[in-house]
Amino acid sequence: MRVLVEPLIVSLISFLLALIIVIVDAVVNNYGEVKITINKKKTMTVKGGVPLLFTLASQGVFIPSACGGRGSCGVCKVKVLSDVGPYLPTEFAYISKEQMKENVRLSCQVKVKKDIEIEIPEELLYAKKFQAVVEKINNVTYDIKELTLKLIEPKTIDFRAGQYVQLSIPPYGKINEVTQRAYSISSPPSENEHIQLLIRLVPGGAATTYVHNYMKEGEKVQFTGPFGEFYVRETNAVMICVAGGSGMAPLRSLIIDLYQKNVEREIWYFFGARAMKDLFYVDFFMELEKKWKNFHFIPALSSPDPQDEWNGEIGLITDVLDKYLKSKIDLSKPKEGYLCGSPGMINACVQVMKNNGIAEEKIYFDKFA
Amino acid sequence: MKIDPITLLFASIFTSNILLANFLGMCSYISISKDLKSSNGLGMAVTFVMTVTTVVNWFVYHYVIVPLKIEYLRYIIFIVVIAAVVQILEMVIDRISPSLYITLGIFLPLITVNCAILGVTLFMQLRDYSVVQSLFYGLGSGLGWWLAIVLLAAIRKKIDNAPAPAGLKGTGLTFITIGIMAMAFIGFSGMIRVQ
Repeated sequence: MRVLVEPLIVSLISFLLALIIVIVDAVVNNYGEVKITINKKKTMTVKGGVPLLFTLASQGVFIPSACGGRGSCGVCKVKVLSDVGPYLPTEFAYISKEQMKENVRLSCQVKVKKDIEIEIPEELLYAKKFQAVVEKINNVTYDIKELTLKLIEPKTIDFRAGQYVQLSIPPYGKINEVTQRAYSISSPPSENEHIQLLIRLVPGGAATTYVHNYMKEGEKVQFTGPFGEFYVRETNAVMICVAGGSGMAPLRSLIIDLYQKNVEREIWYFFGARAMKDLFYVDFFMELEKKWKNFHFIPALSSPDPQDEWNGEIGLITDVLDKYLKSKIDLSKPKEGYLCGSPGMINACVQVMKNNGIAEEKIYFDKFA
Repeated sequence: MKIDPITLLFASIFTSNILLANFLGMCSYISISKDLKSSNGLGMAVTFVMTVTTVVNWFVYHYVIVPLKIEYLRYIIFIVVIAAVVQILEMVIDRISPSLYITLGIFLPLITVNCAILGVTLFMQLRDYSVVQSLFYGLGSGLGWWLAIVLLAAIRKKIDNAPAPAGLKGTGLTFITIGIMAMAFIGFSGMIRVQ
């Protein structure tokens, strides 16, 4: 008898304690309804006591977050104008001194306990959550896949060429949580029922491994967006676009968009790759160059394989860019730089552009982080 | 056990320091003492939790465990009570005083598994203290732990600037320091008998 009764007593004690915790939680963490004011114009009434990130998500405002609210990525920064208490130790690692002066907080760590006022980039108010189905997975090179997603709900997407979306990768294999990763849209805004993404396999990368090895056509996926400040500025300056690898994506969207809108700007597109096997969409852009007199496409190989039959430019993309800026592109016209690729490539190209007289604030880029 | 509660308070701070005489609660003692500010916060949190849990466990022991004759299950019950009390304290502090929560709150989950807390509860039961004695014993042991970690953090801060041999730097030197501190505290032992 004792064998049965005594463990039962211990369980009962644990149960009572758990009950007390639940009751205390319900009483103590009940902050009632609170108001969140966003950018001084939009106000929402929400239930208090929940971290800001989740509160906003429940209201359809999606702050980009790579880790999903565990305070380990430092992406979900939001400017909080009301006093929400001192910085938590979990925030210190991700917030710089300048950001502290501006009251930038990690929205996954700040609990909403009273009426607060926040400031977020305007575009986040318009970002939505999309349901889509994987329509096609294409190999464009040996390590880059072109993903075509057909939107289900909402049925169309409104974005500016060059912006990106956050793709949610479901748990798989050893990864037991949802991973979110940002990918630029490579299709033009005119095709608003689909989006295309270019995804290069990163060895060991959680999301890219999934897309390359697990994702099937017909599968349902979710993404949020659009986000990003990388879009064409409306001026008449000559556009110098440089991309490498899957940095092709936002620039392809930009260039097709400009072509469809019949923009009369001079555009130079430099695309860097190592060898023939890394090149893609070349025929497409060659074709476009023939049809469209303002557009110039310069693919360059840095170290072609011996069997490659290549009569285009050879050399590092920075050297090719430097050569063209010095000799082929009209020196007198104002210029703007649009770059997308690895941080190393971008930093090197920004240096080349600055040396050739393009002001740093006229150089826009999208770095892979 | 007839020991004056006030004497017990001082005894548990100085002569029978839970950390330096019984060597309980070493894990967080060594890892957190790197930083004086955190040490202070953790010390405060330990003191608080120790005082509360010792008293709560006294009631649990005398009004639940003894009448039901389940003494042999006391370890499980004590640790469950400690975990629950810590959880409740965390929520209450968060609500009542956010600023206190910033200094204490982050350490509270760490304390659930601090063996000094369970140790004090078990000594309380073993030595058959009264409720008042338990209160002062819990408070004193907490203050003693707090004192010990702040002392060590201060010493480690000085040692950081000293030209110590490379092989001893860090945990090695910390262990030696704790040993010497314990020896100094043992000098007081026997002045008051708490056992």
